[in-house]
Amino acid sequence: MGMLEAVLMTIATAATPLLIAAVGELVSERAGVLNLGVEGMMVMGAVTGFGVALTTGSPWLGIFAAIAVGALFSLLFAFLTLTLVTNQVATGLALTLLGLGLSGMLGESFVGLPGVKLTNIDIPFLSDIPLIGRLIFGQDPVFYLSILLTAGVAWFLFRSRVGLTLRSVGDNHGSAHALGINVILIRYLAVMFGGACAGLAGAYLSLVYTPQWVENMTAGRGWIALALVVFASWRPWRVLAGAYLFGAVTIGQLHAQALGIGVPSQLLSSLPYLATVVVLVLISRNRRMTMVNTPASLGRPFVPDR
Amino acid sequence: MSDNHSAEAANLLEVRGLTKIFGTLKACDNIDLTVGKGQIHALLGENGAGKSTLVKMLFGSLEPNSGEIRWNGEPVRISNPHMARKLGIGMVFQHFSLFDALTAAENIALSLDDNTPIATIAAKAKALSFSYGLPLDPYSLVGDLSVGERQRIEIIRCLLQTPDLIILDEPTSVLTPQEADKLFETLERLRLEGKSILYISHRLEEVKRICDAATVLRHGKVVGHCTPRNETASSLARMMVGSEVLTVVREPAEGMDKARTLLEVRSLSRKPATPFSIPLHNISLNVRAGEIIGIAGVAGNGQGEFFEAVSGEVLQADANTVRIRDKDATRLSITGRRKLGAAFVPEERLGHGAAPRMRLSENLLLSRHATDAKAFLGAGGIVRDKAIAAASQRIIQAMDVRKSGPDPEAAALSGGNLQKFIIGRELDRQPAVMVVNQPTWGVDAGAAAHIRQALIELARKGSAVLVISQDLDELFEISDLIAVMHNGELSKPIPIAEATLEKIGLLMGGAEPGHVEVTEAEVA
Repeated sequence: MGMLEAVLMTIATAATPLLIAAVGELVSERAGVLNLGVEGMMVMGAVTGFGVALTTGSPWLGIFAAIAVGALFSLLFAFLTLTLVTNQVATGLALTLLGLGLSGMLGESFVGLPGVKLTNIDIPFLSDIPLIGRLIFGQDPVFYLSILLTAGVAWFLFRSRVGLTLRSVGDNHGSAHALGINVILIRYLAVMFGGACAGLAGAYLSLVYTPQWVENMTAGRGWIALALVVFASWRPWRVLAGAYLFGAVTIGQLHAQALGIGVPSQLLSSLPYLATVVVLVLISRNRRMTMVNTPASLGRPFVPDR
Repeated sequence: MSDNHSAEAANLLEVRGLTKIFGTLKACDNIDLTVGKGQIHALLGENGAGKSTLVKMLFGSLEPNSGEIRWNGEPVRISNPHMARKLGIGMVFQHFSLFDALTAAENIALSLDDNTPIATIAAKAKALSFSYGLPLDPYSLVGDLSVGERQRIEIIRCLLQTPDLIILDEPTSVLTPQEADKLFETLERLRLEGKSILYISHRLEEVKRICDAATVLRHGKVVGHCTPRNETASSLARMMVGSEVLTVVREPAEGMDKARTLLEVRSLSRKPATPFSIPLHNISLNVRAGEIIGIAGVAGNGQGEFFEAVSGEVLQADANTVRIRDKDATRLSITGRRKLGAAFVPEERLGHGAAPRMRLSENLLLSRHATDAKAFLGAGGIVRDKAIAAASQRIIQAMDVRKSGPDPEAAALSGGNLQKFIIGRELDRQPAVMVVNQPTWGVDAGAAAHIRQALIELARKGSAVLVISQDLDELFEISDLIAVMHNGELSKPIPIAEATLEKIGLLMGGAEPGHVEVTEAEVA
């Protein structure tokens, strides 16, 4: 495996958790719910995935458990914000704080233990193609899932009738309610989909990216995912572009630091954030497109009158 | 027995004793209503009489506390809009239930309960819209459409469900007179097709013109049934209000040749602030002391943008675009303009005209802390509660604001009473320039007459008054001159003596903008 190939592989591994978490949050936000708890749900997914994989020896069971815990965690958020109509911003922040604290406590005994790594798929011969062989045919299964997820969500939102209903709820919940659409139910489902994705993204970190448990191991990736959704103007393929760009610059600057380029490392470390923001701002310069794609009811509380 | 049966079958919808209670308020109290097949039935009443609550229960958006609904003689329970549509009840909402960011076809698809592909829906909608003479591009984005076009989508969406009963909630309040005529033709045709229509309106002339029967509501109760054709507009109004409605008196303005211009707008242009807003083109207007100029126009033709520019909510780049009492106000904030003697009343009451969760006295201070600093604030900016309380009592008395408690929160007042307070708050200053956007939107007839009379009196005392309104009857009642805004352009003001409903209606539809007339004359 050549140097360039290895770099490309790491980029994909760095981008995948961001992509999964962001696509999940995108669905939630398209339904009009702003869940700032992505970071908390991710880190809960990471600790659950690690712990279950370690105890059972099966990384797959770890992944399913992480998905379930992410969904459950978001169900708590949904209950608070949708049924009890608490403030979405404050509740999301609380969810992140809760997740970070709880995962640190639950994972205390896991610190320093060697983890179980999800093995890569290896399609014979095809994965031996130089440069792109491993990249396309020899990745971990979740990588393929993340691409399928993006395509699936794009199709669901913009081609299916249920997706149209979900977007209508995010655009104007009052009108949706007047037409007889069950706003609250759709939002519950969208939020839980987002939670499940965040859980999966967390498990990816502790089972693929770095198969071990470290407290706060999400290291702000949940926040990056949140920002990606906004900068990608709520379009799934743009989220993918943003996640990969972020991954590429992150890995690129690490190599640059290793090579000892005469730029302060702090500056290099900030490069991924800077580059992603600049590029996505440029993409979404078309204000009309942005306005049309922005869910107009995002973050607004909804109480149906009966 | 058989007679009884056929009589029942002739009635499409029967409502018996329907009651809806919100908290302690009986929004609908024991309502009876009967709509026959092929009948256009009017539901009359002032704001808050319970009309919208009643039709929401018929459409399944609200659940009644008690009472019975019979459809074709059979008792039914309509627990959600899906069920209403399944029975054959369609609804065109007062505040549109459309989605700005979606196309017309997608909007229609959302209210159809099957999984027809969007392309098929678009084709059907287009065919149907042309057959009714309401042309519609199914792939246009709703946010880009005018209010009239949006209503077409609502109507087409409703018709595509082939309902037997169509409920229209205040359908003409946003249309030009010509668009309204078109709507009446459509309704007439639907009636001939055997459909029944439940028509909510507070425009009595049109109810007289198209409706076969009427049920009148007041304070949530049915107070009468009548055949509108046999009534006069004023007898209908009396039934709705329960007493005689104050008539607004307007003496013609005198000596206007020598009157000083107090508010001047010079070639005001604005780029659209959002993709869905209207650019303004070269608007010029002078409002003189002692006169009321009315600005007519269908909603969404730039009135909101114009108001923002005049009030200072959005500042203009070029100097001298807005002049108040001969001073350049273009770069002044709202407070700066108020200090020059101007007063502004925006369209949106809660959140714009008043802070919903603050008391009336606090709202008074919010808008007048700068202009009345001497009266309301002591040394070091300490708030003088007593002076403010006295002023707010004065306003409440002058405008007859009805409220619960001595100093309630703004949100606790009904729309009409809050509007009286907001207008009174500005009138209390005797401003030299008064700019009002939609002074009586959603205000009941009695309160509306009160507000209009107050504006006329302000002008006659020597102030310049500019009123933006969608209500043509109102503008004809109070204005000395009427200008029409269409697509971000303003026509020349037409003296009220020369203005006719037809002329203004044509301008509202964009048929002959005043500017064009002028330029043609110049070229010739």
